[in-house]
Amino acid sequence: MTVTTYAAALIDALRLSMEEDPRVAIVGSAVLGLGPQRGLMDPIREAFADRIFDPPTAEAALVSLGVGAAMAGARPFIDVGTASFVYVGWSPLINEAAVAHYMSGGQLRVPVVYHMLHGLRGGGAAQHSGSPQGMLWNAPGLEIVMPSCPADAKGLLRTAIRSDNPTIFIDHAKLLGAEGPVPDGDYAIAFGQADIKRPGRDVTIVATSFSVTTALAAAELLAADGIEAEVVDPRTLVPLDHATILDSVGRTGRLVVVDEGHLSCGVASEIAAIVAEEGFDRLRAPIVRVTRSDVPTPFSKPLEDAITPSADKICAAVRRVLGR
Amino acid sequence: MTEPLGRLTSLSIFRRMLLMRHFEEAVIRLYNEGRFVSHYHIYIGQEATGAAVLEALGQDDLISTTHRNHGHIVGRGADAGRAMAEILGRATGFNGGRGGTLHICDASRGFLSTSAVVGGCASLATGAAFGIKVNHQARVATAFFGDGALEEGVVIEAFNMAALWKLPVVYICENNSAGAVGMQGGGYPTAITATDSFCRLPAAYGIPTKVVDGTDMAAVYRATVEARQHCLAGDGPVFIEAFTDRWPGSNPLWPELATVTELAQAWEPDSIGGAHAEWIRHHDPLLRAVRDLLAEGHLTRSEIVAEDQAARWRIEQAITFAVDSPLPLPETAEQGVFA
Repeated sequence: MTVTTYAAALIDALRLSMEEDPRVAIVGSAVLGLGPQRGLMDPIREAFADRIFDPPTAEAALVSLGVGAAMAGARPFIDVGTASFVYVGWSPLINEAAVAHYMSGGQLRVPVVYHMLHGLRGGGAAQHSGSPQGMLWNAPGLEIVMPSCPADAKGLLRTAIRSDNPTIFIDHAKLLGAEGPVPDGDYAIAFGQADIKRPGRDVTIVATSFSVTTALAAAELLAADGIEAEVVDPRTLVPLDHATILDSVGRTGRLVVVDEGHLSCGVASEIAAIVAEEGFDRLRAPIVRVTRSDVPTPFSKPLEDAITPSADKICAAVRRVLGR
Repeated sequence: MTEPLGRLTSLSIFRRMLLMRHFEEAVIRLYNEGRFVSHYHIYIGQEATGAAVLEALGQDDLISTTHRNHGHIVGRGADAGRAMAEILGRATGFNGGRGGTLHICDASRGFLSTSAVVGGCASLATGAAFGIKVNHQARVATAFFGDGALEEGVVIEAFNMAALWKLPVVYICENNSAGAVGMQGGGYPTAITATDSFCRLPAAYGIPTKVVDGTDMAAVYRATVEARQHCLAGDGPVFIEAFTDRWPGSNPLWPELATVTELAQAWEPDSIGGAHAEWIRHHDPLLRAVRDLLAEGHLTRSEIVAEDQAARWRIEQAITFAVDSPLPLPETAEQGVFA
């Protein structure tokens, strides 16, 4: 194990993937955004100069380029940038990438990765804070990956680039600088395997991406009051590990779901619905969702904070499902 | 009139055209018999363009097409029976009944996903050309699309990328809205566009453009060969605008007028009549091909009749295969979302 940043772990996986497979090409080299970690991309740019392309600001054609290139036998890694911009590429993503395998009767494969930075990052306002995971989940045919820590980012990206399906790889801008232990050497984490980030007997908190960090902070606060929360990280939404979530709820009898997307028809809503449908008999209290409010994201800090899932809001939700 | 093609090339293009024509006539017939439910798009009138382009392409080249794909699919040599089965929603169709008329795809012949989103095909082919470049392959990607695609912004974005990175992609704009009559008035009568020359759009990015008569198989063939060589030499994309004269009966989404082309009309013009007599007499590319083949001495009338019968027989076989094929099982509807 070596302690490293999320950004470094991600770039390590990218480098390993490019070394492993000459079909991997990167379109959009600002994978780490414009933040302090961006220099980590420089060695990759130098080592694989013939396989890195900086595209025009044209997200629709960029997303489509990835679909066509994948169908032609390449394995493109497409950096969309801020996740809000993926809406510009919606048609090729939803109408082409997601459906091509099924619509062609299995003849075609679309091994493309779309990378984006989602979430409330501070001052992003309504067009740079997008969390499209719920909308994407509503489009059958896309694998959706949402790591929460450096070790998962590395192992999941190895799997994403090897996948024969279109895969959405969603990082959070606030995770890039986060540090954590990463196993030494090369490894991959299979999709569809949730991870229990903290065990606990009293309540299950299912959280995604940066919300795992927030949920773990909430769990610390709750522990001080003698409440032991179990934090479950699905790691991939598609495929989703139903069993680990249902097992946890079976042990705790209570569920809070946290995701930075909006409330309605969102990730938290879907997970709540799955547990209500498949695990109703295990529940001892109604499920509570903690998400971004159903408003366009405001700019000013007190307004943004007011709609952001926070440790305090998670604690309040936990107390509600525990009735105390 | 460009310099005529050799006999073998002309004959091969003509055979592709015959399959396209009789396939589409069969589609209209099967629709009128209630064999499938959908709106659908007919390629009649554009055969010389598609057939000549397909003749010029290499076996490993990649192709993207549109909702008006039937001609390209069967013209490429894809099994007409499996194509027809797809239109009828059968399990034996190329897409297993999951695509239908709008999305027929034969990946084994280099087709990318057949997109019915206008303009989608141009950006997919651009992506395929990017894949070809990254993988250092000696082949090209080709996109067939109508003039309407040039109303879509993503196509313009794709031109920019293809030009920036010198991607090996041949854009074939089958301009089927203008027609010889319409163009006399200047501009594009049915396209909703402010430009009077689509070629200016790719040209703005430095992409070489060429305008050809889409009913002239030799002109289309030579333009495509040249464009392909340009791509293979690493010189980047080429845009070809082919003016076609789409059969007016295919204007509605549900063509209500059945047609059966009689090749003898090429040498017996007095036998031409009906609602589309003007189009048949002056604009039908198949009859033009017959007249050219006769004039160039490549085929005799009896050889043309024999070719026609062979194509009709192949399409009849395709219909039989499709009609006799089973429908997909409902319990398979949720299978195959992921590879």
